[in-house]
Amino acid sequence: MAFDYDKWIRPGKLPHIWCPGCGHGIVMKGLIRAFETLQLKKENTALVSGIGCASRLPGYIDCCTLHTAHGRAAAFATGVKMAKPEMDVILVGGDGDGTAIGGNHFIHACRRNINMTYIIINNYIYGMTGGQFSPCTPTGHKASTTPYGNPDPGFDIAKLAIGAGATFVARGTAYHANQIDKLIVEAIQHKGFSVVEILDDCPTTYGRRNKYKSVIEMMNRLKEVAVPVKAAEKMSAEQLEGKVLTGILYKEVKPDYTSEYAKVIERAQAAK
Amino acid sequence: MEKTLPKIEIIEKYCKGCHVCVEFCPKDVLEMKGFYASVKNLEACIKCMQCELRCPDFAIKVITE
Ligand SMILES: Cc1ncc(C[n+]2csc(CCOP(=O)(O)OP(=O)(O)O)c2C)c(N)n1
Ligand code: SF4
Ligand code: SF4
Ligand code: SF4
Ligand SMILES: [Mg+2]
Repeated sequence: MAFDYDKWIRPGKLPHIWCPGCGHGIVMKGLIRAFETLQLKKENTALVSGIGCASRLPGYIDCCTLHTAHGRAAAFATGVKMAKPEMDVILVGGDGDGTAIGGNHFIHACRRNINMTYIIINNYIYGMTGGQFSPCTPTGHKASTTPYGNPDPGFDIAKLAIGAGATFVARGTAYHANQIDKLIVEAIQHKGFSVVEILDDCPTTYGRRNKYKSVIEMMNRLKEVAVPVKAAEKMSAEQLEGKVLTGILYKEVKPDYTSEYAKVIERAQAAK
Repeated sequence: MEKTLPKIEIIEKYCKGCHVCVEFCPKDVLEMKGFYASVKNLEACIKCMQCELRCPDFAIKVITE
């Protein structure tokens, strides 16, 4: 049966502002399917973002939403979770928002292992502002600010998250649409800070400059580079050259921040 | 047993003409007609839902029983 997305979309908000073929809409649909699978309550679900094309996503969703300052989704979301630990708090944003201006907030949310889910949509570029390179733009690729090729190496968001202390880390792609909701469901169910990176296209500012002739070419690139973790176990280093692992990359059980903080409150009150 | 066909609905006011549904349909059911996606050969549809899942614009629905 056709999936009923309307239940989670604010009336009158479609069509959305994203460009033709921009995968942000595919991610939004995955997020809605995950909310529905988990039967989340609108009044108990907070969706928090920073600034960017990806960060426009919460504006379309009918739940408690917070569109904040560039790179600050993690800071605002932490505030929400501390004040209302019973809420399901989900962050969403782009690679620029999360790893450049918001990089510091990102690593500290990971370090605290605060029980929230962060969906980071990586299209390798600052889409909204016209295609400046981000910390995720691959070496040699072109952006409006690196017309002769980017000299910097790009971040591996998943490794960054694991290194900083996130206890659930997964990766999917906009091409592999039916996996997106499944990864998000597991991430929300995990008690601790969960990071789900979704590789995406930005045909308008990244594709054009990097000689992708169409949205379809960009989607095919996502299809080709992705290797599920299970399949990768049987592949040699050469076969994995230039590939990106997808699926659940890391999972660990560790005390989460709001539970630990509740103990601090208890100790402080006992000491009175 | 006769195969039941789905109803494929394309919401033109949402469709941005990106070709994604058309290109990734495994059975070549869809085509671009002018700016919008359109159904070319409904009989071939296997109801895999790939078009509906991948449309970034909430513009295509595969309605099955
Ligand atoms: C403090 C501040 N600095 C810079 C900007 C300009 N700005 C808006 S969005 C953006 C980058 C967004 O890139 P990303 O997070 O990757 O999202 P995308 O648009 O690619 O989805 C920048 C630099 C801003 N809004 N606020
Ligand atoms: S500029 Fe890029 S990221 Fe922004 S809506 Fe267009 S395709 Fe998507
Ligand atoms: S449901 Fe599958 S076979 Fe049918 S039109 Fe969509 S992609 Fe093609
Ligand atoms: S994928 Fe959606 S927006 Fe793109 S052509 Fe098909 S129906 Fe239109
Ligand atoms: Mg980006």
